Amino acid sequence: MTRNEHTVLRVDDLTVIGRPSDVEIISDVSITVRRGEILGLVGESGSGKTTLGLSLLAHCKRATQIARGRVEVGGEDLARLSERQVRNLRGRAVAYIPQSPASALNPALRLRTQLSEALHDAALSRAAVAERVREVLREVALPDDDRFLDRYPHQLSGGQQQRVAIAMAFVGRPELIVLDEPTTGLDVTTQAHVLATIRRMTREYGTAGVYISHDMAVVADLADEIAVMYRGDLVERGRTDEVLAGPEHEYTRRLLSAVPLLRTDGHGEAEEPEEEPLLRVSGLAAGYGRTRVLEGIDVSVSRGECVALLGESGSGKTTLSRSVAGLHHQFTGEVLFDGEPLARSSYRRTAEQRRRVQYVFQNPYEALNPRKRVRDQILGPYRHLVGRPADPDAVVAEALERAALPASYADRFPEQLSGGERQRVCIARAVATKPDLMVCDEITSALDVSVQAEIVTLLRNLQDEGMALLFVTHNIALVSNIAQRVAVLNKGRIVEYGPVGRVMSEPGHEYTRALIADTPDFRPSFAAAE
Amino acid sequence: MTRLIAVRLLFGVLTLWAVSVVVFAATQALPGDAAQLILGRDATPERMEALRDQLNLHQPVAVQYAQWLQDLLRGDLGTSFSNRQPVTEYLESPLGNSLVLMGLAALVATPVSLLVGAFSALRRDRGFDHTASLGTLVLASVPEFVVGILLILLLGPGGLDLFPSVYSREGGPDQWVLPSLTLALAVAPPIVRMMRATMIEVLESEYVQQARLKGLDERVVLWRHAAPNAIGPVAQVIALQLAWLAGGVVAVEFLFNIPGIGKVLMDGIANRDVPLIQAVVLLIAGIYILVNLLADVIGLAANPKVRVSGNRPSAPRTAAAKEQDEDGAAGTPAGDPKAKGVRR
Repeated sequence: MTRNEHTVLRVDDLTVIGRPSDVEIISDVSITVRRGEILGLVGESGSGKTTLGLSLLAHCKRATQIARGRVEVGGEDLARLSERQVRNLRGRAVAYIPQSPASALNPALRLRTQLSEALHDAALSRAAVAERVREVLREVALPDDDRFLDRYPHQLSGGQQQRVAIAMAFVGRPELIVLDEPTTGLDVTTQAHVLATIRRMTREYGTAGVYISHDMAVVADLADEIAVMYRGDLVERGRTDEVLAGPEHEYTRRLLSAVPLLRTDGHGEAEEPEEEPLLRVSGLAAGYGRTRVLEGIDVSVSRGECVALLGESGSGKTTLSRSVAGLHHQFTGEVLFDGEPLARSSYRRTAEQRRRVQYVFQNPYEALNPRKRVRDQILGPYRHLVGRPADPDAVVAEALERAALPASYADRFPEQLSGGERQRVCIARAVATKPDLMVCDEITSALDVSVQAEIVTLLRNLQDEGMALLFVTHNIALVSNIAQRVAVLNKGRIVEYGPVGRVMSEPGHEYTRALIADTPDFRPSFAAAE
Repeated sequence: MTRLIAVRLLFGVLTLWAVSVVVFAATQALPGDAAQLILGRDATPERMEALRDQLNLHQPVAVQYAQWLQDLLRGDLGTSFSNRQPVTEYLESPLGNSLVLMGLAALVATPVSLLVGAFSALRRDRGFDHTASLGTLVLASVPEFVVGILLILLLGPGGLDLFPSVYSREGGPDQWVLPSLTLALAVAPPIVRMMRATMIEVLESEYVQQARLKGLDERVVLWRHAAPNAIGPVAQVIALQLAWLAGGVVAVEFLFNIPGIGKVLMDGIANRDVPLIQAVVLLIAGIYILVNLLADVIGLAANPKVRVSGNRPSAPRTAAAKEQDEDGAAGTPAGDPKAKGVRR
């Protein structure tokens, strides 16, 4: 093979195994990245993409090791370097941008310290280091004054934190940069800004990039080349447009079709509202202590209808759904359910009212009691709200079936389930009591895109069976896939409310227009051809 | 942060007051008549009656308490029944001895156990870690006077004869070695274990991984990135342990025959010397509260969120997030209750 001088990263047949089980976490992976180009490394969680990313910095997580293969960065074989040389390499030749800047920035250190120490081994004077730090901060559109540098990470917003992380990676002018899902925790608007920054920085610096993500839409937007990982294997690799146009591997196809389309025909059009909707919220205002979070909220949900609450983090959408479910008490205004007013606190609602409104939480990893079997998780609320069932197995089996899980899952513990399966169990637990309204609070945001699509299908089926849904999300693309009507929340107020088709095609409010513009619009061309 | 410290200080004073009530009530509930105790068995009824008047024993309990509390606030702890000396004077030298003992134990135990804990975390699941964890477990499960006796047998006159095992007024500084070592060994195990656990958690955190991926020297990673984040939780345990010293000295002083507050307390109980018992118990409680307060302050100071938000209440983030995110990149607006909840 001829050596291309523009090749920054070359990985040959890399295999990483776990210790002591000797399971291969990634097997015989080979990739190359050229200067100034970005490789999108796509796969679901557990596919080994982060392990691969870290091995590019000669770092192995606990209890893993490189079994064979080689990694060359800038022509240097990482395996041959001493510990000291590896330290010199990191930050200078390769830099890493972490998934969650909130946990990757040290909470106890000022930004100044964390940014300047990335230049630890450069032969620069103190003043030169400070100047370089300021320069990079300007490049990522952050202030470069002393007041900003004296801040701690918790004093920044999520987007600012991620831009600090980007600045930290670029400050040493690395040849290669590894980005591990850097936008996962961010809103679409923030994500759009961060992606633009990354694209501009790699171009200006001529840096090669490896962008790890499970979201095909983001990668399609950003990467020159795409490599798809599935269960530790590299199953497909090629130029971005080619992969998008003609995916060869079955898994790639699935990934592509899982991406929710921004503009679809929706899931049925909104019908004329009935006389009396199932849930009617009027003039609701809520807050925490003296902080007002919601103001003048009017929303209604009819039987068998899905209403989406769309907004960024901090817009108050979770507070609203919690108020409806009786979990948040500090609100004023009227909440009518089936014509009857709902008490503010769930303690004061009748068992019947509580049975008919069920809640599914955002993070399935935290919402299930790890010590209880699936069966007991499902029967718990049922026994409490409906009474002791004559045939508990039938109740569990029916709930699992409605959540598209086999009845055999009843005997499992949560740790024996994948993220998507856990969320299905949460849904099964909610539908077990046969509610009329299900409040879904960002229930797909902790899941991979491919799993997300399955959950959306499941919710549509439930809705076809007559269930009303209040679907809280920050993902505008999901809205058109599931909801009939959408309420767009911005800073505690509903700025737009109407049928999904109308809001998506002719958004009336500036904020909605911005949201739509910031969302990567993605339509796999192969789907159209089929 | 000043406000938080003030609140904690207030709670400390409240606790101390509650302790004073309990102490006073307990000594009231003790069987026996104070006047009889003071005057002995052969006192005439007239003299006893006169003394009762003098001691306000005829007054209602609440008045007696108020009187006692008032004296207490003026620094007058009363007069010892057994030797007729003002309690404050009488306690001066024993208190000094006890503080020396506790101070030495704290000075040895804290840094050593922090180092052992941190090193165990670094050497997780290797020889050193296993040895340290076994050692601390054994030490934690053996009462401190047994440790003291073992130390005396091993290093005292009966064994290697390196240090004296009994205190004497003329003794040199080496007589402090065994008692303070005993106390140090008694307080160290939980600190070691907490430091190890916290350090492991911090070392597994993403910001430590990020620091390593920046290519920083392992020592910098450890002391600049890991240690400051481990201090908060560990400080609490150190405080609990050092506060325990205040009570723990009692047995150790008895064992090594050191004239400290512990020994005074034992003698006081034997002699039913109520003012002395009250004073010593209040003193021990005071030390307990003070040490815990210090730990709270250190814990708060180690947490930049508290440190910064106290000085400039909520302003930095609000203004900052708005002014610099005008390009629309605001993540969490200031009003976000979740972010607030975290900061509190």
